[in-house]
Amino acid sequence: MSVTQTRPAVEPSLAHSIDHMIAGPGMGIAEAVRVALEGLVANKLRSFLTMLGIIIGVSAVIVMVSLGQGVAKATQEQIEKLGTNVLTVRPDSQQQGGVNFGLGTMQTLKLADAETVLRSCPAVKAVSPEYGGRGTVKFQDQNTVTRVQGAGPDYFSIRNQPIAQGKGFTQDDMERKAKVVVLGDNVRQTLFGNIQAVGKYIKLNGQSFLVIGVVAPRGDSGWRSPDDQVTIPVTTAMVRVFGVDYLDTMSVQAKSPDQMTEAQDELVAALSRAHKLRPTDPPDVRVFNQADLTESATQQTNFLTMLLAGIALVSLIVGGIGIMNIMLVSVTERTREIGIRKAIGARRRDILYQFLIESTTLSLVGGLIGVALGIGVAVWMAVPSDRGGLGFPTLVSLPPIVVSFVFSAVVGVVFGVYPAVKASTLNPIEALRYE
Amino acid sequence: MASAVTPDGTPPVISVRDISKIYDLGSTRVHALRHVDLDIHRGELIAVMGPSGSGKSTLMNIIGCLDQASEGDYWLDGVNVSDMTEDELARVRNRKMGFVFQQFNLLPRTSALRQVQLPMIYSGGEDRESRAIEALKAVGLGDRLDHKPTELSGGQQQRVAVARALVNNPTLIMADEPTGALDTRSGQELLAIFQRLNAQGKTIVMVTHEYDVAMHCRRIVRFKDGRLVADESVEQPLDALEELAKLPHFADEEDELAPSIEEAIS
Repeated sequence: MSVTQTRPAVEPSLAHSIDHMIAGPGMGIAEAVRVALEGLVANKLRSFLTMLGIIIGVSAVIVMVSLGQGVAKATQEQIEKLGTNVLTVRPDSQQQGGVNFGLGTMQTLKLADAETVLRSCPAVKAVSPEYGGRGTVKFQDQNTVTRVQGAGPDYFSIRNQPIAQGKGFTQDDMERKAKVVVLGDNVRQTLFGNIQAVGKYIKLNGQSFLVIGVVAPRGDSGWRSPDDQVTIPVTTAMVRVFGVDYLDTMSVQAKSPDQMTEAQDELVAALSRAHKLRPTDPPDVRVFNQADLTESATQQTNFLTMLLAGIALVSLIVGGIGIMNIMLVSVTERTREIGIRKAIGARRRDILYQFLIESTTLSLVGGLIGVALGIGVAVWMAVPSDRGGLGFPTLVSLPPIVVSFVFSAVVGVVFGVYPAVKASTLNPIEALRYE
Repeated sequence: MASAVTPDGTPPVISVRDISKIYDLGSTRVHALRHVDLDIHRGELIAVMGPSGSGKSTLMNIIGCLDQASEGDYWLDGVNVSDMTEDELARVRNRKMGFVFQQFNLLPRTSALRQVQLPMIYSGGEDRESRAIEALKAVGLGDRLDHKPTELSGGQQQRVAVARALVNNPTLIMADEPTGALDTRSGQELLAIFQRLNAQGKTIVMVTHEYDVAMHCRRIVRFKDGRLVADESVEQPLDALEELAKLPHFADEEDELAPSIEEAIS
């Protein structure tokens, strides 16, 4: 068997043009990909280590952004639990000779003001006058110190605290300064355990109060959680428990989220009138807008998310530099191979594509693994800690996945260009001589 | 401008006219080649000899389209390739040249079959696998298709390189010290393959500094100081098969190589 027998030598016709001489399709893209993949498969460990930077970068972006968005969502929910469309009115701070006694120290906000606001402000739906402090509650031999919240009948609906058992108190209870109490769930649990609480009498700072209701458990442990307080009519709180004649807070519910600002302006004007302030005087109350709170919280969590994403993005770029680094080493290491390929007839762009496809494949595969890993870690982090996770509030969403994956692909191309150009411009003679 | 024409009317495969190669090293200019003329005809087996620094490697690089001359013209198959771009040269190498190097220059971690397919990958040819298998059979490696370079002896590696050089049916096979890294027997086997290919009509140019190797060719050109100083024919070239028969008999080598080499060159 010989070459000429099986493949008769085509006597080259006298080619008279370059075109005729070198005509032909050249290397196809499928072959280019195959050549590049062969290069990667031939160096499995190196390929994996190169991808590691991208894997970590992409998964870090996904985990960090998921965490940031999870925290944002949790914060949002926390705020919404405080009640929607709610304005919190507090008396301004008392000033005396340059000494600021702190917010709420003025004693100008009275029970009648609540009535005034409700009557004269069209945008206001409900008002709860409030005064709170700490007190000891006792049932039989169980006792605890807790927050005692004096409030109006609408407090539970304004503050989004549904009554789970029994009922709330009424305007009539307010007028009678009735000694009735609605328990937070933790307080109920502490005092009563499994015993039915509604209908029993407890001692609050030594006075007997009838338990008429229990607030549904919220399950969080944040500051001023409704689970850890008892609520009584504000008149009872002022007169019978704390002995004051002013309010420390008014919770005001606007008719709709759109009317928050309107309600705020109206109530400030109404209170200024009622307190007989001159038009030039500043108002003697401070109003906290739920929307402001939400906005500032959103800003903070967005900032947190950007910060985390930024840090993660840096690691993605470092991963890209890792690819460039390895590809440069690879070009040097494979100088002779490049020389052989060029001698055999690889054109500049054949070599360029080979190395570009190698680096792009590394970053794409690394990106895919990173996406899978990132989602996995984010989901795992959200698993409650008693079930083997971390219990972090993560929220996996599509944008960080898409962005980090696309970014990783771009990184692979961008950081692959320089090594690929370097490889493609090697002189074949020198490359063949390279030891 | 036509090059010299042989008596039978066909132009030479290679026609080098007044070629010079000058390396500009800043302060000095090195003349690697000075006004060289050389014609090589179809079917020739020619040895290029000369000491290192004589310019023979430079000429080989130019003839092999790896490099271009500073001055002068080079016709390959009737086409002037002196002014071709890098990519055009790459495609000329791909279609017209088959290289065999002293150090084999196979790709690491790549099977023999894939090595031989490589030139066709860059040319986009069809039937790559069957053509590669044919070429490997032609050099007696039909049973070594899946072997990687590290699993082959030096002689076998060089024969893979020859198969790779053959597979695109080139106009010219360029062999640069092809026996330099081989033992005597493998070297003779390789020369036998070259002589066989030449008898089948292949044009082969072989650079060597070994007189014994050059004596297997029918024509020897010698270089010195960048000039072609001698161009002689060999009346009675050595026959590699005969030389091979004279070599001492080593059972272990023969068991491995002999059957396949006979298949290859018979």
